[in-house]
Amino acid sequence: MPRNTLLFRLQLAFTVAVCAFLVAPVVLSMLAGVTVNYFDGINSGLTLRWIIEVWSGYRDTLFLSIGIALACVGLCLLLGVPAAYALARGRSRWTRLVEELLVMPVAVPGLATALGLITTYGALGDFRTSWTFILVGHVLFTLPFMVRSVAAVLAAIDLKTLEEGAASLGAGFVRRFFDIVLPNCRSGILAGALMVVTLSMGEFNMTWLLHTPFTKTLPVGLADAYASLRLEIGSAYTLIFFAVIVPLLLAMQALARPRKSRLAIDLNRPATDSP
Amino acid sequence: MRREERLPMLMLLPAAAFFAAFFILPMGRLFAIGGAGSTGWRAYAAIATDARYLRALLATLGVATATTVATLIVSGVCGVFLQRQRFPGRAALVAMLTLPLAFPGVVVGFMVIMLAGRQGLIGRITEALTGDRMVFAYSLAGLFMGYVYFSIPRTILTIMAAAEKLDPRLEEAARSLGASAWQVVRDVILPGLRPAFISAGAICFATAVGAFGTAFTLAARIEVLPMVIYTEFTLSANIAMAAALSFVLGAVTWLVLALARSAAGSTVAAAG
Repeated sequence: MPRNTLLFRLQLAFTVAVCAFLVAPVVLSMLAGVTVNYFDGINSGLTLRWIIEVWSGYRDTLFLSIGIALACVGLCLLLGVPAAYALARGRSRWTRLVEELLVMPVAVPGLATALGLITTYGALGDFRTSWTFILVGHVLFTLPFMVRSVAAVLAAIDLKTLEEGAASLGAGFVRRFFDIVLPNCRSGILAGALMVVTLSMGEFNMTWLLHTPFTKTLPVGLADAYASLRLEIGSAYTLIFFAVIVPLLLAMQALARPRKSRLAIDLNRPATDSP
Repeated sequence: MRREERLPMLMLLPAAAFFAAFFILPMGRLFAIGGAGSTGWRAYAAIATDARYLRALLATLGVATATTVATLIVSGVCGVFLQRQRFPGRAALVAMLTLPLAFPGVVVGFMVIMLAGRQGLIGRITEALTGDRMVFAYSLAGLFMGYVYFSIPRTILTIMAAAEKLDPRLEEAARSLGASAWQVVRDVILPGLRPAFISAGAICFATAVGAFGTAFTLAARIEVLPMVIYTEFTLSANIAMAAALSFVLGAVTWLVLALARSAAGSTVAAAG
């Protein structure tokens, strides 16, 4: 289709309008976070006051979220990489069932998962008030992304031949796993880890029910601020969240670019993450 | 060789054990608790018999349907356009359209407030134009806007990936046979994108049905099912009802995704 047709212009205008719809509120909220009084507009002056206020009052939520996200990646690696390997090696009815089951916490609303965890483990010692309670929920939700990311990479190589070759040279199972399987799924692990961190940092549906006054994560703090504090403080808080999450997103996109056709597929994975 | 085959299966054990303890078991318990309230197993029917729950269910399904339709139309137009055309600034447009990909629902709710809230952009513009401040963030319309905002980036990526795989020769053939632009869209492009539309649409729908963060940020007054579950659990301490409703909600979203997967064939698994 030539570029100067009416149809091209209409489509371009429409796409630009959609872009404006998505980007305008981001820009507005970033501005509001550094404006003295948003209602009076930018003319009231710029200030770092709101950001400093959020930082002194809420920085613990940021640190807790980072801690949970890192622990979540660790657990997802320990549980997910071996699982992905098993799924790539054996293609039986059972592995398919396990694969199907593992994705369920992404399909089922976080609210339901959280209620299940609370009613089952809520009375179990200090578990309920510990940050590990939130961690369990996050691992449930992010594990499928790690498994799929690694399994996709493993499916693209001829693992069986590689392993048989190594085995014929006398390499045992452990040796093969660490010297052949793991190095081969490096890119999948990296992409999966970035995805897990991003999802964990932003998880709210489950976390809102799982958290306690002592275990507030970043999105929980955000919801608090939106509900009870002035717009400028909510905006400043959001600005801090953007500062953490946007670099993660850019890293994910940069990582996906060489395998261009896979970009959409990989990035689309958190699709059932509910707002 | 038997042992060689069994070892990989053992690698599934850690994940399976974790999953059984923290998902299967809690979900089973949730199901049992749902039937252990004052109304017994009838709690599971309450979603259809109790007027308030039924209204919330219908509102939820309505918003989810509207979200899915709007998102598919918008993303279909933008996605095919961006995949087909090469022009300066295209990469920037794609980057901007995928920017909100990592925003959680609470933040999306706040974005809706920035647009359509009391101090929002739309309110300012309409006040300047008509003298009336248009504010709709704290209603079902605001929720709809938030879900569309949330779903567009994901859906555009799915559509772009699917449009990339369409064979341009089919369109050329159709055109050379005298098909109009609209006929090409209807008879060649849309059928080619069908699996992507089904899978992305199912994900939009399931997302909008089960979502909680956006509604929570916008207003507690929006009576969609997740909000009703939340108030039953926290304010009314009606844990059995909350359990029954959330179990039903989980079953609905899971079913929608499973149906879409079988309807669109294996491509859905690959795309989402």
